[in-house]
Amino acid sequence: MAKTRQQILILHLANPDLESRTVAWALYDGSKPKGERQMQTGDEDTPPYESVLDAMRDGWNVIQIPPLPLYRTGHEHDLGHLPYEYVLERKVTIDE
Amino acid sequence: MSNGSPREYLLTAKQMAEFAVNGFVILEEIVPRELNEAVHKEQQALGTPGYEYWFKSKLIREVFELPQVKGALQSFVGINPVYDHSFLHVVPAQYHKGQAYHADSIIDTRPYAFDIQAFYFSHDTPDEMGPTLVLPGSHLHSRVNTFSIARYKNILGQRRLASKAGTIAFMHHAIWHCAQPNYTDKTRYVFKIRLRPGQEQRGLFNTDGYDSPEVEAILRHGQHAWAGNEARLTQIAAAKFYRYLCGDDRVDFSFERALTRMGI
Repeated sequence: MAKTRQQILILHLANPDLESRTVAWALYDGSKPKGERQMQTGDEDTPPYESVLDAMRDGWNVIQIPPLPLYRTGHEHDLGHLPYEYVLERKVTIDE
Repeated sequence: MSNGSPREYLLTAKQMAEFAVNGFVILEEIVPRELNEAVHKEQQALGTPGYEYWFKSKLIREVFELPQVKGALQSFVGINPVYDHSFLHVVPAQYHKGQAYHADSIIDTRPYAFDIQAFYFSHDTPDEMGPTLVLPGSHLHSRVNTFSIARYKNILGQRRLASKAGTIAFMHHAIWHCAQPNYTDKTRYVFKIRLRPGQEQRGLFNTDGYDSPEVEAILRHGQHAWAGNEARLTQIAAAKFYRYLCGDDRVDFSFERALTRMGI
């Protein structure tokens, strides 16, 4: 019987515009059985989509839009994680 | 390492500017072939000595006594560095899982001081053999805690340190990195040693031309695509870090001379 499983695509963009450039990406594929190879670090040099908008056009649903950064006095120049992180999902059918 | 290295073995201002921008300096094939072969043979014989390798092996000590290697280390951490730890990292043949992105250790609260981590490749380590993957410039995005970046898989500008035998990559302790899958039938070895400074890290390299147009160009072009909207802040962080490295707090190679304008 056909069942659905979730795929999660995480895209980091250059800025909060959903059409800005993808700078980092990761795919977590729930349709693959345990032990099967998932996307690894260093797998690809080119993102699967140029932007979140491009991924939406291909059927991905956005389930997280990052809040805009809050620059606190004294910490305006702090740098750490990638700030514009979008989480997208789509359901795929698997045979069991 | 109590005696200072001759100036000719110290890193140049251009190399240190690259270090400020990228977080690493690679010295290709600086270890002689005979020594690499002896070390590689020993690594194969010892298996997985991990933290003990440094204490068990005379050969690995020979590598780090080479004048070019001592000179590079002195340029980062001075003449009396403190041994932090070392490890012989091993990726087995046909091991297809990439390590998760991480920065070593916990968040470092020192504003500019840094530890240096030397990665020594005793054998040729081509792309398919799982050389270390690094993200140039990520040492400036240091407000991350070890594996808090493990969700990331691929980032624009990431670079695998494919190396010939005898190459040493000197890396800032905060750089984002990970081991890569090994698709060959040979075991991959990389020896890592971490040293912390025994003194302030100002002007430890060959500072000739530290404020030259060539150095300025390296810093001014030091924006990383992966940083997106933060790229200017990252560049300013590199310019600030370079002030610490060169020891002159007036030199300003920051975007729009922000350091001068804001009196930072």
